[in-house]
Amino acid sequence: MALIELSGIERRFLLGDTTVHALAGLNLQIEAGEYVAVMGPSGSGKSTLLNLLGLLDRPNEGTYKLEGRDVTTLSPDEQATVRSTRIGFVFQSFHLVPRLTAAENIALPMTLAGIPAAERNKRVAQALKDFGLENRADHKPDQLSGGQRQRVAIARATIMQPALILADEPTGNLDRHTGEEVVNLLEALNAKGVTLIVVTHDQGMGARARRQLVMEDGRLKADSRTPPPLQGEGRGGDGFPPADKPIPLPTSPLKGEE
Amino acid sequence: MRLTDTLRFARDAATGYPMRTTLSVLAMSIGVAAVVILTALGDGARRYVVGQFSSLGTNLIIVLPGRSGTGGFNPANAITSTPRDLTIDDAGSLRRLPGARRVAPLAVGTSEINYGGKLREVMVAGSTAEFIPIRNFEIAQGQGLPEEDWNRGSSVAVIGAKIREEMFGANSAIGQLVRVGDRRLRVVGVLRSTGQGLGMNTDELVIVPVSLAQAMFNSNTLFRIMIEANSRDAIPGTKDQVMATLKQRHRGEEDVTVITQDAVLATFDKLLGALTLAVAGIAAISLAVAGILVMNVMLVAVTQRTGEIGLLKALGATARTIRLAFLAEAAMLSAVGALVGYLLGQLGAFALRQFFPVFPAYPPDWAVIAGLGTALATGLIFGVMPARRAARLDPVQALMKH
Repeated sequence: MALIELSGIERRFLLGDTTVHALAGLNLQIEAGEYVAVMGPSGSGKSTLLNLLGLLDRPNEGTYKLEGRDVTTLSPDEQATVRSTRIGFVFQSFHLVPRLTAAENIALPMTLAGIPAAERNKRVAQALKDFGLENRADHKPDQLSGGQRQRVAIARATIMQPALILADEPTGNLDRHTGEEVVNLLEALNAKGVTLIVVTHDQGMGARARRQLVMEDGRLKADSRTPPPLQGEGRGGDGFPPADKPIPLPTSPLKGEE
Repeated sequence: MRLTDTLRFARDAATGYPMRTTLSVLAMSIGVAAVVILTALGDGARRYVVGQFSSLGTNLIIVLPGRSGTGGFNPANAITSTPRDLTIDDAGSLRRLPGARRVAPLAVGTSEINYGGKLREVMVAGSTAEFIPIRNFEIAQGQGLPEEDWNRGSSVAVIGAKIREEMFGANSAIGQLVRVGDRRLRVVGVLRSTGQGLGMNTDELVIVPVSLAQAMFNSNTLFRIMIEANSRDAIPGTKDQVMATLKQRHRGEEDVTVITQDAVLATFDKLLGALTLAVAGIAAISLAVAGILVMNVMLVAVTQRTGEIGLLKALGATARTIRLAFLAEAAMLSAVGALVGYLLGQLGAFALRQFFPVFPAYPPDWAVIAGLGTALATGLIFGVMPARRAARLDPVQALMKH
């Protein structure tokens, strides 16, 4: 069973008189534990896809199954519960609450979920250690560097032990070096089995993912993962023969007509 | 989200924006302080007047010469009926009434007191031995007027504390002869100082036997007759008896007015109570204004923290959680405002009491409870709308506004 199963997803926005198809006829399967990069130009529907996957947005048509459960029909509160327990978000601009300390920011999802303070403190202490933030626990976000802020954000995204982490340009506001650190951190989480979906403009970062999705005009233009081959010598979804089947080359020079 | 966490979150959110929090707390506290101080003033006035009336005596029935109808002064009355004088015998006849415990006639005038070359103008009250207990006066030195025939006034006087001090200084006044008007009177007692009473300052009063006073002022009429009823319940019955007796004595004519202290008290009580209520109502308007300000502040907070609300939603906060968090913040603003206002109000009332010691400016309990309650209620009611708005925000839109 796939972790994520999108079929026939349509998402339309009304901008003035015109309808914009942010997502059109999208079919997608992502298995648990995958590391997926979503790429494409601005306006290609990457962010809409991410919002949809994160249950922040609803499709106009189609179904979204998360862990085999149709989540598009859930009530807003049920969706909130799914977000709380199964999904972690990492944002480009970190989205830390400025008046809360690093530790409080990390604890925020647990606070919202109503987990007792003792349990929260235990988990936050562990997370601070795991992310190398022990000395920053009582710092407010404006006293932290960009890299530290994003580490706090990642710690917050993982504190509820979600199955899925959605990262929207996680290195977009960071310099190359700290960006690298953050990516390593996310990849380490993925290595422990968390499904990681990263939206990025950065070709280099995209290339590190094991699977690349390229979006264009609300459609999936390219998917590096080859769908399961059809029976026999059928053609792949992308119109090319399966990669493991080399294109037969002529064995003898062409002969001219007699 | 747990309640304690919700409260802490709301508290942090409120303290995170000190300026707007301070302003809305200030507005709310001014509203509550206004209610507390204004009702303290109103109720203080009521207590003051009621207290003054009560100090006249207890269970009093007062007879005034002349008829004062409920319709006010009627010129026709003045022409057709000449009010009969209220005499000492009238007062004496009332002593036989079963409901009356004590009766004291009262004749009043001004005269001069003269002792050892010192001359002073004084108010002279002509009455009997029972006058002092009826009016709850206390004797500091010596004794009161002697029990004797009302028509035969002996030449004695009871003087007020201030007169004693001014005329005799450090010397004893008891047994000394003073001249009041054209009479030589022996001082038999000195009243305990009571300060300013309603209408009559006992400190500057000279009390003499009633027949002596009438002779001094050359008049047969009394200023008042005071009757103390046996009990509070006996007041209406005794009042009717007094009226009937005097009507009979005055040949069937109702030419006196009988008022009871209770009725006067009740009227003032009602009047000033209504005044306090009206003042409280006016002050409550400022509470409503403060409530609207809290709403305004919370609406600004929702706009200001749209990104944060989006984040909370992304982190799994339900609409209820967000609603409660914002409602708790609004409630907190108004609760703190109410508390600060209550303290300010009590401080103001305390200051009033310090500056005007005779004025009992205590805010009534009902006003304090109503003021605090209204503050909390308006804060909550006006907090609902912003909280709902926050809970309804679209998370995607909200997240973009960071």
